[in-house]
Amino acid sequence: MRGVWKSGLRSLVVALLVASVPGVGQSARAQDAPAPADLVTRGEYVAEAADCGACHTVPGGAPFAGGMAFHLPTGTLYAPNITPDVKAGIGQYSEAEFIRAIRQGIRRDGATLYPAMPYPSYARMTDDDLHALYAYFMHGVRPVSTPVVQDGMHWPLSMRWPLTVWRRLFAPDPAVTLQGATARTFPDPVVARGAYLVEGPGHCGACHTPRAVTMQEKALTAEDGPLYLSGGASVDGWRPVSLRGENRTGLGRWSEQDIVRFLATGRMPLGAAFGGMTDAINHGTQHMTADDQLAIARYLKTLSPTTPAKAPGWAYDPAATTALRAGDVSARGARHYVDSCAACHRTDGRGYPTTFPPLAGNPVVMDPTPDSLIRIVLEGNTLRATRQAPSAFVMPGFAARMDDAAVADTVSFIRAAWGNDAPAVNAADVARIRRSLSPEHPPVSLPMN
Amino acid sequence: MSDDSRRLKPVDVVVVGGGWAGSIMAKEMTEAGRTVVMLERGPDRSTAGEGAYPASIDELEGNFRYKLFQDLSKNTVTIRNNASQTALPYRRMAAFLPGEGVGGAGLHWSGVHFRMPPDDLRLRSRVIEKYGAKFIPEGMNLQDYGVTYEELEPFFDKAEKVFGTSGEAYKVNGQVVGQGNVFAPSRSDHFPLPPLKDVYTAHLFRKAAEEVGFHPYSLPAANASQQYTNPYGVQMGPCNFCGYCSGYACYMYSKASPNVNILPVLRRHPLFELRANCHVLRVERDSTGTRATGVTYTDADGKVVTQPAEMVILTAFQFHNVRLMLLSGIGKPYDPVRNEGVVGRNFVYQNVTTSVVWLDPKVETNQYIGAGGGGVAFDDFNSENFDHGPLGFVGGSPVWVNQAGVKAIAAAHSGGPPGTPRWGSAWKAGMIDTYRHSLRIDAHGANMAYRDVYLDLDPTWKDAYGQPLLRMTFDWKDNDIRMNRYVVDKIGNVAKAMGARNVHLTRREFGKPFDTRQYQTTHLGGGAVMGTDPQTSALNRYMQSWDVHNVFVIGANAFPQGTGYNPTGMVAALAYWAAHHIRTTYLAHPGPLAG
Repeated sequence: MRGVWKSGLRSLVVALLVASVPGVGQSARAQDAPAPADLVTRGEYVAEAADCGACHTVPGGAPFAGGMAFHLPTGTLYAPNITPDVKAGIGQYSEAEFIRAIRQGIRRDGATLYPAMPYPSYARMTDDDLHALYAYFMHGVRPVSTPVVQDGMHWPLSMRWPLTVWRRLFAPDPAVTLQGATARTFPDPVVARGAYLVEGPGHCGACHTPRAVTMQEKALTAEDGPLYLSGGASVDGWRPVSLRGENRTGLGRWSEQDIVRFLATGRMPLGAAFGGMTDAINHGTQHMTADDQLAIARYLKTLSPTTPAKAPGWAYDPAATTALRAGDVSARGARHYVDSCAACHRTDGRGYPTTFPPLAGNPVVMDPTPDSLIRIVLEGNTLRATRQAPSAFVMPGFAARMDDAAVADTVSFIRAAWGNDAPAVNAADVARIRRSLSPEHPPVSLPMN
Repeated sequence: MSDDSRRLKPVDVVVVGGGWAGSIMAKEMTEAGRTVVMLERGPDRSTAGEGAYPASIDELEGNFRYKLFQDLSKNTVTIRNNASQTALPYRRMAAFLPGEGVGGAGLHWSGVHFRMPPDDLRLRSRVIEKYGAKFIPEGMNLQDYGVTYEELEPFFDKAEKVFGTSGEAYKVNGQVVGQGNVFAPSRSDHFPLPPLKDVYTAHLFRKAAEEVGFHPYSLPAANASQQYTNPYGVQMGPCNFCGYCSGYACYMYSKASPNVNILPVLRRHPLFELRANCHVLRVERDSTGTRATGVTYTDADGKVVTQPAEMVILTAFQFHNVRLMLLSGIGKPYDPVRNEGVVGRNFVYQNVTTSVVWLDPKVETNQYIGAGGGGVAFDDFNSENFDHGPLGFVGGSPVWVNQAGVKAIAAAHSGGPPGTPRWGSAWKAGMIDTYRHSLRIDAHGANMAYRDVYLDLDPTWKDAYGQPLLRMTFDWKDNDIRMNRYVVDKIGNVAKAMGARNVHLTRREFGKPFDTRQYQTTHLGGGAVMGTDPQTSALNRYMQSWDVHNVFVIGANAFPQGTGYNPTGMVAALAYWAAHHIRTTYLAHPGPLAG
């Protein structure tokens, strides 16, 4: 029994993390009595802020018609159709039922939603925002009658009652949550707005906060302590990094404007988006107002490092560059790096920001968990176009060209060069990530530039 | 219009061809608030697909199986050297390589990005001013473009900024500012990016050309020397000199292409629609014949469809534009016997020969690397930069080392010096010696227009859609051969200054006909030229058909005669020039822009 539960719990973790990609936002402050059209528009903005589309819209499919599959060891979870179709979607939901589902994870029939739906974060969304969101889903979204795909989860996670127990234990009471949010004080209204966006609709913590063995996020707000947004567990080889102030592995060296640029375009001089963050930017943050992007940035910059720095802050070390330029490829992985990586990321590791991201000093590269780096090397990555940055860039995957040892050598080189100080990785790490790769890659729709 | 054709919802503008000219015109027309449908006969293409590394850097697929090029089994041209011969279809790619698919030639090109020399734009006038009208050889249809460098300058500048062109200026606003081409006209601004670094052979050539007393400069290249963001907000990566430019989609996103530099913005525009795999059969006209009503095409499923439009812009490759005009009855077909009519008139090519220089065996020339548009040139014998009086020919030729990256199969094809066996150990030794220690110098000359060199519809051969193929009647003329031989001799002087161990100077030979089996260049021009006289040009100086005012035709077809430079920079500038006049005048007052 323990074993079954263990595997069930693990899959639940995966479900949570796969399905909950961060995003943020909300609309302007509520006007006195907005006309319905304004309300629908405002609700659309809330939907972008809450990043609903990342899970409920299949690439190329009708908006919010669901069907996004999450392949888990114990079955397949499908995001439901949340269009206003009466049969296939949520057309029968009253506003109260809708708000209860979003804040508390309770379906119209009383069953508990899989916590892939980030209701612990949504619990703190305001009445205004949810009122607008309901108006949008009822009047701004085209109903789609595509039937709901049955959840393909195997027992025991096919049963909903353990979820109910989980929800009662770990999901916050919305009333208490809202009171708490109201009672908090912030240095300025911009930070307050940022806190709301990040902790509430944006549900950033769903990926970026570590979870307990029972899967609940260890912290739901900045007030809960320094584990909040300190980096989450890997999902399919993507490791959500810390969004706190660590110098090497967090946002310590990112300025407010760096973060704003990242949220708007997925690229800034110190790095580029990948993994789940790509969807968060595409469906969510790029659509937010510059004010809201700034609010998020300013709030994130208030988060102190989780632990006091053991090593001094990152500083560029030219030793690896000097060696490579002298033709010295004796360091572990150096030869692979020159052959396969340096054309874009350069022998000096600085890349060509904001086209090809730097590896020198990149927090993703120095993360204690090497999963993201390994996965990108194996599978490649696509930096998607956004409204402000219309060019997409594709990095090729090397899975077919490099064995596990070669990838481990390459990644180890990158993690130790140019002042980076992350530990080496071994072939077993690479093999683990390789096994987790989805058979659906490469992505079905390639960018057209 | 055929009765079985389906009529689609009318649009403001239909653009025929998805290359540089088409993408520029579509971008400009959507900026002007017009709905645009772009029809491209080939497949949709992108860097992420065609340029996926490392599969993209496949020489066999790219340059020997012609992945990005036209499918000659559906449509090609017929060729003959003169009117006494029977033309036969060009069935295998060789002399020139027309592209196909979204991006067109702009996806497979190298990246050399020039402005047209001011004298070339008014060559007839200039030659008469300098040498008198009698200097023009009998049978040469020498003409002016009808547009000046000063008029085009803002559009050359705009194109360079969109392409992210690397280069060094000589004069900006009349002031000498750098080590650029001393013969180049003044510019309103610097190049958007600094010049590419010289590869070693270009460095040696620069030094030797200076020693001989010529004026070398960095080729202007649409291969980005640094990462770049253009005025449309799209980004380019920096060139890494991998040498997979011509024939490939650039996996570094550093070679300018419509796909990288314009289409990312256009594809997102709500007024724009791209339809790939749509082969346009003809432009439709109303009962008066003076107004186009749209185009009829075969769609991806083979259905014949009519797309009504207020305006038709032909932006296909040079000879496809000419053929579409002939098939649609737009403009009077050229009659070489009477030297009358304009569509098909002044068909020109480019007069290129490549000489090879072998250096000391201790010198490794590393020809594998390169950049398609990079290198070093001198213009001392180009355009009207030198006195033709005593020489007795019209036209000129830049000379350059444009090491675009010589790959293994091409190197094996070239083999060793002339006289080396084509097989066995001697072949191998000669091939290896040549690949490792030689360099190539091009005389990239102009080809003048002649009365008996032209395009028309073939009386015999038809394409897969049942329409007549275009027929080329082309041969080299003594004027152009003399020009080539004069300039190639100068290459000999430079080779000597480089300390050549062996030199093979390639000259055009008198009496040797145009040979379609050897690759020469894809820089074809003319056939529907621009000008100020409807008797000698198919298009007015705004690229507008003299006869059907809502048809504009953009491409190298508009060049009245050949030039020593690569055509793309001029085509792009002409597109922006035409678009400017459409936007500022034509849209408000549709009608002839020149009378």
